[in-house]
Amino acid sequence: MSMYVNCSIAEAKNLSEFKGVFILGEQRDGKIQAVTFELLTWGRGIADDLGCELACVLLGDEIENLDEVILRGADKVFFIQDPIFKNFLTQPYSNAITRLVNEEKPEVIIAGATTTGRTVMPLVAAKTNTGLTADCTELTIDPDTKLLLQTRPAIGGNIMATIKTPDTRPQMATVRPRSAKQSPVDTSRTGQIIVKNYAGATTMTVEKFLEFIIDTTQAVSIEEADVIIAGGKGMKNAAGFKLVEELADLMGAAVGATRDAVELGWSTYPHQIGLSGKTVSPKLIIAMGIAGKIQFLAGMQTSDVIVAINKDPEAQIFKVADFGIVGDVFEVVPMLIETVKKMKAKA
Amino acid sequence: MKIIVLVKQVPGTDSVKLDPVTGVMVRTGKDTIINPLDENALAEAIRIKNTYPDVKITAVSMGPISAMKAIKEAIAMGADDGVLVSGREFAGSDTIATAKVIAAAIKKTGDFDMILCGERATDGETGQTAAMIAHYLGVPAQTYVSALEVLEDGVIVKRTVESGFERVQVTFPVLVSVNKDISDTGFPTLDGKLKAKKVDVPMLGNAELGFDKSELGLTGSPTRVVKIFSPKLSRDTIMVKANATMQPIDELLSFLVQKDVL
Ligand SMILES: Cc1cc2nc3c(=O)[nH]c(=O)nc-3n(C[C@H](O)[C@H](O)[C@H](O)COP(=O)(O)OP(=O)(O)OC[C@H]3O[C@@H](n4cnc5c(N)ncnc54)[C@H](O)[C@@H]3O)c2cc1C
Ligand SMILES: Cc1cc2nc3c(=O)[nH]c(=O)nc-3n(C[C@H](O)[C@H](O)[C@H](O)COP(=O)(O)OP(=O)(O)OC[C@H]3O[C@@H](n4cnc5c(N)ncnc54)[C@H](O)[C@@H]3O)c2cc1C
Repeated sequence: MSMYVNCSIAEAKNLSEFKGVFILGEQRDGKIQAVTFELLTWGRGIADDLGCELACVLLGDEIENLDEVILRGADKVFFIQDPIFKNFLTQPYSNAITRLVNEEKPEVIIAGATTTGRTVMPLVAAKTNTGLTADCTELTIDPDTKLLLQTRPAIGGNIMATIKTPDTRPQMATVRPRSAKQSPVDTSRTGQIIVKNYAGATTMTVEKFLEFIIDTTQAVSIEEADVIIAGGKGMKNAAGFKLVEELADLMGAAVGATRDAVELGWSTYPHQIGLSGKTVSPKLIIAMGIAGKIQFLAGMQTSDVIVAINKDPEAQIFKVADFGIVGDVFEVVPMLIETVKKMKAKA
Repeated sequence: MKIIVLVKQVPGTDSVKLDPVTGVMVRTGKDTIINPLDENALAEAIRIKNTYPDVKITAVSMGPISAMKAIKEAIAMGADDGVLVSGREFAGSDTIATAKVIAAAIKKTGDFDMILCGERATDGETGQTAAMIAHYLGVPAQTYVSALEVLEDGVIVKRTVESGFERVQVTFPVLVSVNKDISDTGFPTLDGKLKAKKVDVPMLGNAELGFDKSELGLTGSPTRVVKIFSPKLSRDTIMVKANATMQPIDELLSFLVQKDVL
């Protein structure tokens, strides 16, 4: 009953046939998502190091401002257009991308380590019989071999591994959202938009998209947030945890929580940071009443700036913090909230 | 209805050794647990078994012989039987090589309606294996699933995605990878423990699966770990003590301004 189009390119042993870099853009409701512009930063760097073209692949029905992708660094856009691609469905998405990959033979494909990227890339890798490296935080080109060196954290952030894909193509990787800045607009850039209409088997599926439900508590999703205010068991109770939400609201930040805070019902699972929750890497995270157990640190230790507020000077969270305040959250946080309010009033 | 639950055995502590040359995980076999999200998947399978008639749950694990413990634990918690996929030739497999072997083992166990598994394991942490297994079995993969509704001929899944949830309907057979919200994990029962002792769990090796050696282990893995190193963990921490004045707060805010994150 397989609906998959099984088109292996393992036969194509001639690795030099594969040229160019692909990034896999993302859209929701026809709006290009920010992760696409981060991927352009990654992709442009790699394409320049290899001296080749950068193409952005987007799937959708109607997509606004496709030009922007070119202005932000792509030489080409492959727009795979069909009503079935309006929402993410694993079968048509993976079939269509595989078909394009077999036609175009890129050397490298990079996608976001998002729920979409982490679902479709394994399917494309298996269909094209090549390797895939998950959740990279660093990608470079080896100056001698020209191979893509893919570096990723594993085992709860306890180790970093550098991985390569020497004998198969394309070399595929997902990169952690927010691990690169968005590529800026350069209005002098030009490029080509190529529309692909794949009908037939490529668009067939046993999956039916029913609906998308916005999670209003995730007004700012924690994986995409620049700033995260996170609270743990030290916030004492649901009412205490409200301080976390208040500060986050004030700073336009996302709310993060430890597993304990989620299990106590003060926050919900989409907000959980850590080994069994989300991995985040914001510009700033403020951890309040959080012990800093290894399973929590695993999900946030690559953040740019880490601030911790804890009454225990020995708390492990201070080991990864750039700035620590030893004190009671119920004293310190209300003062912080007042000060931020004043700053905002002035601005 | 037949449900396969994938259970990966993972180290129970943070102390994992890696072979510095090959970058392959070295396990001692002691202090191992079922990957936490696989326990959630198992709990969901048991919930379905308790709700619908004629549901059979088979736990499948690939790993060293010591991974038998994970299967016995799964049976103690409510799985009906299990299959262990084990063999020296499988060691060092990346996700592609792992998925091919697990898919072949699942095929050996006959027809199934649904495969349930965790969205990601706590050691390798790629979150790639499940979708690849679905590919090799020619069934659709639904990932990041936090709720599941069983229909006559398929399921409706609720996927937790960036900024919300997606509901997707799909027909059997299907693979579903879950997050923690799917079900609270269960406990071994007395009956289950007795059963786990009695049940004979078959072991599949390459003799049964019949892969060409070139498709297995390190040789069958398109990715290569070339270097392993420790991340820089500790930072130069500026520590201040709260003292009922505004001074620590002001210091913090000027630090944030200086770091350009405010
Ligand atoms: C397999 C596995 C997976 C796990 N996955 C995760 C995960 O994804 N995410 C996660 O977070 N945890 C995870 N855990 C749990 C983790 O080990 C810790 O139990 C958890 O992170 C602790 O949460 P906490 O810091 O909120 O609570 P606690 O450990 O209770 O720490 C509370 C902290 O608050 C401080 N405090 C108390 N009162 C105050 C006050 N008034 N003012 C200031 N400070 C105060 C205390 O000094 C203490 O440091 C996992 C565990 C296992 C075994
Ligand atoms: C440091 C390091 C980095 C690695 N990086 C990569 C990489 O980037 N790309 C790559 O292809 N490989 C990589 N590997 C190899 C990879 O970890 C192994 O192939 C492993 O078998 C897959 O494990 P995972 O933890 O990634 O599983 P995940 O894909 O995270 O597991 C998801 C689910 O699949 C099921 N599952 C997975 N493995 C088994 C099993 N053995 N038995 C039963 N169920 C299972 C479980 O239900 C699990 O919850 C890496 C290994 C190491 C040590």
